[in-house]
Amino acid sequence: MGQTILEMRGVSKFFPGIKALEGVDFSMRSGEVHALIGENGAGKSTLVKVLTGVHRPSSGELLFKGEALELRDPTDARRAGIAAIHQDASMFPDLTVAENVFSGHLLRGRAGLLDWRAMRERARELLRRVELEVPPDALVRELSVAERHLVGIARALSEDASLVIMDEPTSALSLREARDLFRIVRQLRDEGVAILFISHKFDELFEVADSYTVLRDGRYVGSGAMRDATVDSLVRMMAGREMGQLFPERPALEGAAERPAALSVEGFSRAGTYRDVSFELRSGEILGLFGLVGAGRSEVLRSVMGLEGRDSGTVKVFGREARIRGPRDALKLGMALVPEDRQAQGLILEMAIGANVTLPQVADLAKGPFLNPAAEAELTKEYGSRMEIRAAGWGENAKNLSGGNQQKVVLAKWLATEPRILILDEPTKGIDVGTKAAVHAFVADLASKGMSIVMISSELPEVLGMSDRILVMHEGRVAALFDRADADEDSVMRAALGADEERGAAS
Amino acid sequence: MSGPSLGPAADGALVDESRLIRADLSPGKRLAALALKWESLLFLIFVAMMAANSLLSPVFLDPANLLDATFNFTEKAIIALPMIFVILCGDMDISVASIISISSLFMGMSSASGAGTTAIVLVGLGVGLAAGLFNGLLITRLDIPAVAVTIGTMSLFRGVSNAVLGDQAYTRYPASFGELGQGYAVAGLVPWQLLVFAALAAAAALVLNRTVFGRYVYAIGNNKTAARFSGVPVQDVRLAVFAATGLLSGLAAVLLTSRIGSTRPDIASGWEMDVITSVVLGGVAITGGKGNVGGVIIATFLLGYLRFGMGVMNVPGKVMNIITGALLIVAILLPRAIETLRRRALLGGRA
Amino acid sequence: MKELLKRAAKRKEATLVLLFALLCALVSLRAPSYLSGKNVNTIANDSALLVIASLGQFLVILIGGIDLSVASNIALVGMTMSLANVAFPGLPAALLLPGGSAMGAATGAFTGLLVAYGGLPPIIASLGTQCIYRGVVYLVLKGSWVTATKMSPGFLALPNTPILGVSSMVWIAALAAAAVIVFMRYTASGREVYAYGGNKTAALFAGVRSRKVEILAFVASGALAGLASVLWVSRYGVAQSETAAGFDLQTVAACVLGGVSMSGGSGAAIGVAIGALFFGAINNALTVVRLSPFYQMALQGFVILFAIVSNTLIDRRNQMKLAARRSV
Repeated sequence: MGQTILEMRGVSKFFPGIKALEGVDFSMRSGEVHALIGENGAGKSTLVKVLTGVHRPSSGELLFKGEALELRDPTDARRAGIAAIHQDASMFPDLTVAENVFSGHLLRGRAGLLDWRAMRERARELLRRVELEVPPDALVRELSVAERHLVGIARALSEDASLVIMDEPTSALSLREARDLFRIVRQLRDEGVAILFISHKFDELFEVADSYTVLRDGRYVGSGAMRDATVDSLVRMMAGREMGQLFPERPALEGAAERPAALSVEGFSRAGTYRDVSFELRSGEILGLFGLVGAGRSEVLRSVMGLEGRDSGTVKVFGREARIRGPRDALKLGMALVPEDRQAQGLILEMAIGANVTLPQVADLAKGPFLNPAAEAELTKEYGSRMEIRAAGWGENAKNLSGGNQQKVVLAKWLATEPRILILDEPTKGIDVGTKAAVHAFVADLASKGMSIVMISSELPEVLGMSDRILVMHEGRVAALFDRADADEDSVMRAALGADEERGAAS
Repeated sequence: MSGPSLGPAADGALVDESRLIRADLSPGKRLAALALKWESLLFLIFVAMMAANSLLSPVFLDPANLLDATFNFTEKAIIALPMIFVILCGDMDISVASIISISSLFMGMSSASGAGTTAIVLVGLGVGLAAGLFNGLLITRLDIPAVAVTIGTMSLFRGVSNAVLGDQAYTRYPASFGELGQGYAVAGLVPWQLLVFAALAAAAALVLNRTVFGRYVYAIGNNKTAARFSGVPVQDVRLAVFAATGLLSGLAAVLLTSRIGSTRPDIASGWEMDVITSVVLGGVAITGGKGNVGGVIIATFLLGYLRFGMGVMNVPGKVMNIITGALLIVAILLPRAIETLRRRALLGGRA
Repeated sequence: MKELLKRAAKRKEATLVLLFALLCALVSLRAPSYLSGKNVNTIANDSALLVIASLGQFLVILIGGIDLSVASNIALVGMTMSLANVAFPGLPAALLLPGGSAMGAATGAFTGLLVAYGGLPPIIASLGTQCIYRGVVYLVLKGSWVTATKMSPGFLALPNTPILGVSSMVWIAALAAAAVIVFMRYTASGREVYAYGGNKTAALFAGVRSRKVEILAFVASGALAGLASVLWVSRYGVAQSETAAGFDLQTVAACVLGGVSMSGGSGAAIGVAIGALFFGAINNALTVVRLSPFYQMALQGFVILFAIVSNTLIDRRNQMKLAARRSV
């Protein structure tokens, strides 16, 4: 491991009303993979944005290669040799691979004009180094997510970056793709590059990282060598307390096998996304739906709800074939979907909490075409209080709420429709540990009162801790179905990674 | 359904259910907020403009005169109403003036073939509705940006008038048809048109603020995806909005054709810009989701009377455009500048 | 080679070229003189102004905007340059070409500043400046016309001096097209326009300064409109407040027809040039097959809609093919 390449001293970043970073000390060496760990909202992304010149720190200093570094904009960071591969949105889909690799520092030839031939050739070399076999002239639009990540790495290589930041690089990758990525990461490290690796998956952090730093609530908590750390010790540092029983006790479902199917999904296929997916949700059970991001889980259920199209497949609700053309049809059948992305899919941020909560059934509450404020207020009050939404009033805009409270608004909105079948897509994504436990207890309680629940999750402990049965998807197909008693981390993960395809036949 | 509660027992005073829609503000703050509201500012400008006009020209404030002046902008004001919905949805319709043209064309044709007033009116409204549906179907069923589609139909609709009429015009309309756009009600003082507009404006405000449809429009303008996930029939609402825009453009065509008594291919040319200007000046965000009917009504009258006042003083309409353009720019610059200053003050205070 | 052909066939410009060929073939059937050298020259002459101005509009559409001030820029700059010619007839008329571009760049920059620093959406900023610029023309001319009789012979000869059998106006349009093509393909600034239009967040990380790009697009649009304006007033021998009215939409139409996406980030300068030429060819075809020129606008609208709808359908099919190709 090399010398200290980066040092942050007492770096703070304030936004109006928020202390995103407060007096953070942080250092990295060249030739190491350094994991940056913390819950959502702990300040990781702010730290990355400070390092990449997107945000300027409110106070504190940055030392890079022993010298004070002031970053006014992202160009400064790139010039200094800091490259970031962001989890999303860092590519130009309508431009070629070669141009993406050299974006920001396009190669020039004679007369200062761009030298496309040189760029194509250099790009081909770099693509070879990251073991990506696509022509430099291909449009990025045509690449898979994994391929785009490799293009991102090739871009970092093209700049001779000495510090590469990878923000959740594996969130959408299959195991094989992730393994390939780790090999490239190690290769870079051996060449002396410092890599700041951000991930929520402990297994891969232990696999690829040499050292770690933990942030909590915008503050530095501690750092050390990865080999001296354990999952428990890291979780303790992240959460700031001992983790007790995370999941509520749930007795085994009575008469599980005889229970009627609340929801039957049969023969769902959509070209390029999922194929021949069938499963049953028994009434009163929690069916965990596990799989890596990109396995097609959310897509299948969005299609069940009529939000997206499919090529084939039928749905039965309580034994009756149903034609669901959208959330309104689903609502009439007693079904609700709590979507994955709160801000983009769940909320109208500029509207009042009340208007958000009642939106799915505002037409049912109405008197003819006219809104019924009294009925809306009543419904909002009932579910808003039950969910303990903390706000100055129901008239407050959803955008002024914290992430946890926003999630409560989304839950309140769908619970207010009194569904018999509830589909939860990543219900605890980006919520702090305390609220997470509360959501879990809440969901368990709903199930105990007879609601049938599909819970999509990328977090293995959550799936194992909450589900009666676990359906595992891998690359668009059902890979396995486990009873809770037969499931353990290893077997579920293996199925999700496609390690034993033959189990798929069992479902 | 007495369901479970999230976390520890509720601590009661968390929320005040009476404030479902309105923000939580003290009376003083509410007054300050009202003063800072765009509508209030617009109204002040309107009053100042009227005062200046009456100082410069003593005949300006004559009530009969003022009422008559509305003839010059009521038809535009009528189209501005559905345009509020279009822009609130985050869309744009620049084909409205061309819809007037094609609708007037068909009215002229039906009149020439001997149709009576009722039939002519129905044809005008029907063609407007059809044109609006055509826009809406292309936009919502094929998911094409509204600007792109309506640029095309703008050419197409007026182009059809051009192709049919060339340099000719329809000038023969029944006498009773002529009454529609130039008649008076209420002791022969208030133009019919103005009453029609007033009724439509009230209806628009009602729909926007008190109906499920209005709620849907705001939801769509703020976040189409979340609206769709919540069961809002996004495409149907947008389609309805474009259809309504077509229908009311057809109505404007009826009134305008009746008022000027003829159909020429260049009828109402350039009106789409005036309509969009008054909607934006009226405080409707071009990005969608924000704005209301009141501001737009004030803006329409502001622009209308400004033009009228300058006309009284023999200032040509083209020069008026400079002021319109400047107003449009300032209307957006000003709130932004205030916001920036406020944010700076806030940041300075916290740092 | 096969790969190259495949790629070329996938491009939207390919559809346009096919359409163009189809049009030429059909019209030639009825009027064989359509593709004669003389008529082709006429088509080029009639499209030159649209080619120049559309190339400017192209940059603004690339950044996801729309420039509604192109036509009023032509009116304002055209009036100023013709007045300059009337006031200083001794001044070489050719100097007015760069003069017009410079002035257009300045008026365009004003709109660009409103967008970049004032935060106005391009459509609103340019709608505002459209009103102002045309109003100023009226204010200055008070409704009167600057007519050919007052302009110098050198000025009037600017657009139609033949060079190698082709008029100077066509040469200028060709040069402008070449310049824009090279700029967009071979300079970092040109690529920044694509990057910014395609993905604003990613562009920020790639060090693209949004304000620079926004101003650049409007400056380019203004400069090209300014260049076109000088040719416009000298060709038609008149400058007045209604000069080029409605031309904005024709430039947008040429871009759409040329395969430029209205949501920004994709499209090629060559496509725009072909799109503008296509318009000229259609208008010319109307005369050749003796259709009333009053059909022009309807046909234009139809062609725009056809282009938009077919582009959308092509995109959608490509997307579906891509999805299906990913193995599941």
